[in-house]
Amino acid sequence: MARINDVGGTQGFGAVDITDDAEPFHADWEARVVGMLNALREQGLFNTNEFRDAIESMPPAEYLTTSYYERWFEAIRILLERKGVLRPGELDAG
Amino acid sequence: MSGDHSDATIARRVRRLETLLEDKGVLSGARLDEIIDATLTGATPANGARVVARAWVDEEFRSRLLADGTAAVRELGFMEGSYQRLRVVENTATTHNVIVCTLCSCYPLRLLGPSPSWYKSEAYRSRVVREPRAVLAEFGLELPAGTDITVWDSSAETRYMVLPRRPEGTRELGEEQLAALVTRNALIGTAPV
Repeated sequence: MARINDVGGTQGFGAVDITDDAEPFHADWEARVVGMLNALREQGLFNTNEFRDAIESMPPAEYLTTSYYERWFEAIRILLERKGVLRPGELDAG
Repeated sequence: MSGDHSDATIARRVRRLETLLEDKGVLSGARLDEIIDATLTGATPANGARVVARAWVDEEFRSRLLADGTAAVRELGFMEGSYQRLRVVENTATTHNVIVCTLCSCYPLRLLGPSPSWYKSEAYRSRVVREPRAVLAEFGLELPAGTDITVWDSSAETRYMVLPRRPEGTRELGEEQLAALVTRNALIGTAPV
């Protein structure tokens, strides 16, 4: 079954908003997330395919209502829990 | 966007994750800063523009670039490590190329700089493979009815970059001046040069 990210050719997403971004990142946390991904990948904690799979396994409703870098963050959290670096729920505990 | 509630929440969670990873010795804040700086300074469409300008002035380089993009951009010192293959696709009098990643956002970051929000949008990803001519027109690029459009869908392993056509009347320009004509959107295929 196709996952929610597989949008090629589907209809109903409306016009493309071609407005150019003033800056590559809209907020500082977005840059931190990109840096974290690269740092963790560099250490071999996970690879690009695992990272994509984590994003692409997101439930459709969540996928469609989160921003691009929020999905990245969520995928990093999932992978860190899967690899045993974080305990499940540790990030949001206390 | 910044300052609204959800943005504050995620910013706090990102900070907390960074702290947790530092405490566990998995990540250092200094290394993170280095990586972010390298991303912001090392990944820019000026790199892709240099590759294009070289191909316009050096026929042998152009042939190598189209035959094996990965090796050719490495000659100029550009290649990133997270994907295996770069394929450069050439616009001609009868063919126009445009790139997308329908599944997500794969893109030759080092050569094109951080991708614009629209490249990552569901609207662009879903539509450019179905009605490329209409989407390109929305970017202000009206192609003649006789021009073929090829859409290249990127993957984690293979990324694409467009080699735009050299504009008329640029015979006198040097490589640097030519590079200055090449925009990020021209490298994606949503604008001409």
